[in-house]
Amino acid sequence: MMVETSLYLVLAAMIFTVGATGVLLRRNALIIFMCIEMMLNSVNLTLIALARQWGNLEGQIFVFMIMAVAAAEVAVGLAILIANVRHRESINIDEINLLKW
Amino acid sequence: MSWSLLFFLLVGAVSLAAALGVVTSRQPVHSALFLLTNFATLAVLYITLDAQFLAAAQVIVYAGGIVILILFVIMLIGGDTNDFSAAQRAWSRTVGIALGVILLLTVSYSVLSRMMGPSEESVALLQGGTPKAVGIALFTNYVLPFELIALLLLVALIGALVLGRQPEGAGDGIPSVKANE
Repeated sequence: MMVETSLYLVLAAMIFTVGATGVLLRRNALIIFMCIEMMLNSVNLTLIALARQWGNLEGQIFVFMIMAVAAAEVAVGLAILIANVRHRESINIDEINLLKW
Repeated sequence: MSWSLLFFLLVGAVSLAAALGVVTSRQPVHSALFLLTNFATLAVLYITLDAQFLAAAQVIVYAGGIVILILFVIMLIGGDTNDFSAAQRAWSRTVGIALGVILLLTVSYSVLSRMMGPSEESVALLQGGTPKAVGIALFTNYVLPFELIALLLLVALIGALVLGRQPEGAGDGIPSVKANE
């Protein structure tokens, strides 16, 4: 007997909510980063659960692409973070406001 | 209650607890380790969803690559800032939690209003999500996106190198973040 797809979707929604709330609550750029990764992962879970629901491998291909994009995003994002620490000596996003008008 | 449902609930509870740990930890290192737990439990769930290749990729890419990268950066810049207190707008926590609850209720309502389970034949079409099945799909129908992903990774690699490069003449390295800013 298989677990219903809806339960996976609800779990993914919960993890996504925790991640989104974390982005809103925290001011540490690194932790916001981790929360974004968590949200990406919950979407991956949704895609894989729906791939099983409809018996279609395309969902899994999508997840593969998302993983590659997430890896690229982490590399560039962390590089930006380090470059910012060199300038400002801070990772508090309230103080990262150079582009603010 | 069947064993598969019990297993799902156990792993899902660990996953959710780890997700909460990421958000509530005061030390970024603890957050990173909770994130690792979250990724590992999701890999277990991928196996129960007939996605064997992606479960392996999840462990290799996320747990083996991304979390290690994040841990390196934490060690590089310190970053043990306690951002719960300072420079925090008073309303942002309330608004954040309220928006999160609304999001959760909306998604849960739309999903739980009709429970659905997969049929046997649709699961058979997945072929267990083995590397062979995913690979054949990837290199026949999706070979162009696959190449584009390779290009994207190359661009990201060069971009990260350029951004992270030490400026000419600056020899003092990366300053670490002071505690409790």
